[in-house]
Amino acid sequence: MNQRSRLSLLVVQILIISLMVALFGRLFYLQIGAGPKYRDAALSIQSRDVINPATRGLIVDSSGVPLALNKVGLAITIDRITIDKQPDKGVSVMKSLALLLGLNYGDIFRQTRLCGELPKGEKAGCWTGSRYQPIPITKEADPNIALQIVENSDKYPGVDATPIAIRNYPGIEGVNGAHVLGYVGPMTEENLAETSSKKYFRGESIGKSGLEIQYDSYLRGTPGIRTVIVDRKESITRVSQNTKSTPGDHLITNLDIRLQASAESALADAVRRARGSGFKADSGAAVVMDVRNGRVLAIASYPTYDPNAWEKGLTVKQASDLFSEKNAVPALSRALQGLFAPASTFKAVSTVAAANAGYDLNASYDCPSQVEVGTRAFQNFESKAQGRMSLKKAIAVSCDTIWYRIAFDEWLRDGGLRPKASANDYFYNAARGFQINVKTGIDLPSESAGRLADRQWRKNWYAANKDFYCNYKSRATKSQQTPFLLKLARENCIDGDKIRAGDAVNFSIGQGDTVITPLKLAQMYSAIANGGTIWQALVGKAIVKTDGTIIKTMTPEKLGTLPATPQTLKFLQGALREVVTGGTATGAFSGFPISVSGKTGTAEVFGKNLNGSKKDNTSWFASFAPSEKPRYAVVMMVSQGGYGASTSGVGVRKIYETLFGVKGSKVVPGLALFPEGKPPTKLPKISPATKVKKAP
Amino acid sequence: MSLIAQRQKFRRASRPSLFAGFDPILTGAIALLLAIGTALVYAATRDWYAANNLDPEYYLKRHVINIVIGSLLAWGTTVIDYRLLRAYTPIAWGLGVIGLAAVLIPNVGSTVNGAQAWIALPGGFQIQPAELAKISIILGISMILSERGHDSDEPTTQDMLQALAVAAVPILLILAQPDIGTVFIISASVVTIIAVSGSPTRWVVALLIVAVIGGFAATKSGVLKDYQIKRLQSFVDPNADTQGTGYQLRQARITVGSGGLIGTGLFNGPQTNGRFVPEQQTDFIFTVAGEELGFLGSGLIILLYIIILMRAFSIARRTSDPFGRLVGTGVSAWFAFQIFENIGMTLGLMPMTGVPLPFLSYGGSSMFANLIGFGLLQNIHSKQR
Repeated sequence: MNQRSRLSLLVVQILIISLMVALFGRLFYLQIGAGPKYRDAALSIQSRDVINPATRGLIVDSSGVPLALNKVGLAITIDRITIDKQPDKGVSVMKSLALLLGLNYGDIFRQTRLCGELPKGEKAGCWTGSRYQPIPITKEADPNIALQIVENSDKYPGVDATPIAIRNYPGIEGVNGAHVLGYVGPMTEENLAETSSKKYFRGESIGKSGLEIQYDSYLRGTPGIRTVIVDRKESITRVSQNTKSTPGDHLITNLDIRLQASAESALADAVRRARGSGFKADSGAAVVMDVRNGRVLAIASYPTYDPNAWEKGLTVKQASDLFSEKNAVPALSRALQGLFAPASTFKAVSTVAAANAGYDLNASYDCPSQVEVGTRAFQNFESKAQGRMSLKKAIAVSCDTIWYRIAFDEWLRDGGLRPKASANDYFYNAARGFQINVKTGIDLPSESAGRLADRQWRKNWYAANKDFYCNYKSRATKSQQTPFLLKLARENCIDGDKIRAGDAVNFSIGQGDTVITPLKLAQMYSAIANGGTIWQALVGKAIVKTDGTIIKTMTPEKLGTLPATPQTLKFLQGALREVVTGGTATGAFSGFPISVSGKTGTAEVFGKNLNGSKKDNTSWFASFAPSEKPRYAVVMMVSQGGYGASTSGVGVRKIYETLFGVKGSKVVPGLALFPEGKPPTKLPKISPATKVKKAP
Repeated sequence: MSLIAQRQKFRRASRPSLFAGFDPILTGAIALLLAIGTALVYAATRDWYAANNLDPEYYLKRHVINIVIGSLLAWGTTVIDYRLLRAYTPIAWGLGVIGLAAVLIPNVGSTVNGAQAWIALPGGFQIQPAELAKISIILGISMILSERGHDSDEPTTQDMLQALAVAAVPILLILAQPDIGTVFIISASVVTIIAVSGSPTRWVVALLIVAVIGGFAATKSGVLKDYQIKRLQSFVDPNADTQGTGYQLRQARITVGSGGLIGTGLFNGPQTNGRFVPEQQTDFIFTVAGEELGFLGSGLIILLYIIILMRAFSIARRTSDPFGRLVGTGVSAWFAFQIFENIGMTLGLMPMTGVPLPFLSYGGSSMFANLIGFGLLQNIHSKQR
């Protein structure tokens, strides 16, 4: 054997053994080094989770009457595993089912597809759960149709009828509560993406708005999970894990179902009355708050919608109607999302400002028909001159010109168009003290913060809009090129960054760019009534387990104190009482046996409706009662509702009637909602069958 | 050498006893692998066949039959007269070429996984000529390179060209199927035989260069089919094609990796029982070992292969007969490259090609060829002294 041959063989042998050692090393890396990683990967390949949703917790009012519960529906379901095994992949089954249920085949097809199976942009209605769960086509089937399906199971392979829990808003006492309660819906792909931190599962129903989303983590409970091991063909080979579902916790609210119903109907009445008087009255809100702690006893918004529509299966038209401008966007909760100029209700803030600026609250002031502010004359409401009067009376009859004068004088004192660095800004500071640009902190999603049109806001506004107003002719549409608007644009371009005299006087009567929500106004009037404390608004009261164990109680927080002395508040409370006894709201409350304090507001609105008509005034009434020992604040607002007193004032009176048990001009003993004069503090026992307490 | 000794040697050569000269280590290692392979083939197919209402022992039974037939072939190869083997070499080579050519005839050859590599026989049997052609090629070029018609110790250029021609014809036929994995294994074995034959180093270097250029040209010139290029791409980036080839390679790695140190236990691998890795009783049999037997079991398999290869090379090295040495080298190299290609593919070190794992994978032709290869090694071993 030659030497080279032997050497070559040795080299080859060494080479080949090193290849084997390389395999050994790689094997070690895969199994020992990266083993845990690959074990996880393998598990995700083999296992599929099937979700068995938990029973959702109830939402009840403060005495335990259910606002949201679960009812048994009859679901028609399709089993993907079975229909996919059909020669035509279940097309004929779905077609005959569509015929039977009176539905569209295309819809059924989409409903039974996993979202990943549908192309982008056509995923609407896709099934977010897993392939191994029966997919509900409808949740409220006619029992006769369900029977037909079950009896002809050979004709409908993979189709089944099964009882299913559906969320139900029973509407006891005719309550609607759509905006505050919210609704539930199936988890979407977007939800899964945004809630990756929460333990959510495909195919689960989750809260989508209102209290349902706010307290979803409690209400939802923990779904049961059945983990199945599948093979490459996705057939189940065995069940590896099976956990039972834990029912969700119940939410006890501060709401009173009778008061909520009353607020809703009083609001709807007010809208109807305003429309009867020729106003557009497109929307509105009503809020009842406990002034001593900020608890929300009722919160209503108009227009509303059927909270059960979602579980019935919302059509595309119904869904778009909810957000249509023509229908005044029923999905919007006016109480906490609607921003409106507060008009004369804002004079409470101006009173505090004037007191802080050193004006004598007990002095007499002149109430002329108009005040010259610079080159412009600012008119009194309906241009009436009322002569000399006390400030108290001025608030009661809602004289504007007194406030123009004070605001104008203060504006001049602060430097006018060349503001001093140390400007006093009594009005802005008072408004800031009322926290009008801060949210009420209510436990509901999407609350809007008010807008305080102070110097800084003005500067920011100018920076954002300067370009538009300085190039108005080229930027604005044809219809916006009226002589008035052109003049306004020129003014805005020149000194839009400054508080002008007109801005200052408008601010003092709650007109102009300052806007707030009805809920915020309720919080402000609660603070006036309770001696100056600003309470966080709260709908939720407690979370309890199904066995009654208290998990969490919601305690309102103090958010601040009004910047007013006790004397100022006392004066203000008296003045607001006089509004009802001898002022703008006297008619609305004539003969009312409970002493109410309040303030009307009628705000002019700039702009036009969709049909081109000029917008009607916003009608406000903000109040608290009983005047001697305030407990409740009630605020109503009707957008384009006309006068404060006749639309909202009368509406608020109706709410008080329910609250105190007033019939005509008498208090009927036993009819008052809270016989002890305050909302219940004890937590009720929870049962879906709890009935409303009726007067004897 | 005394006359007696010469006679004894002749007797041993002409009338070998049935088990004379068996290498116990080589034989034991292969027997152990065959046993493990049988268990793995059963584990890979049992659940799936049962779940689909088929005989769960279908593959087990056929695998055992293959082993029995293969063992008989091995025994026959071991005891055959050495000189006879050499005499039959041209016939074996010719049969190999005929088989490979027959495969390419449209109605004779059948296509599995993109390669026209099979000849269907009556009774549902199939043979894969390329597997048996490996032996023909090794014997063919070993014969040419070991016979010296001159005094030189080196093969002449003419010997070399002859040897290359003998290798090239079957290789081109296999390339036409196309079965790139087998082409790679045979080519590497051929180069190894040439290197060990005492040829000048420049020949070996030149062949390696040709191999590299040929491989590169194949990917560019369209000789390779789309799916083969995809396989190469997914080797470079396993996440590129998550449903096709990349999917298979990823699944294979996940299955092996999830086995960890001790594995899930035989028959208990969820990846295997769910059949997430395709071809798991044949080309991907190592994934079953990886998952169910863990690092201990699959490491043992590699260890057994190392033992087999050490023994095989040492048989080649120790024999004084040039033909035996080259055949031993060729068989050793064949086993080595096929093992490396298969396990390397499973573990993500090599591109995906459809070659079975020697002594473990299910498959008659491959089992027969492997055991005949083993028989050749034993035959060479029994002649050395």
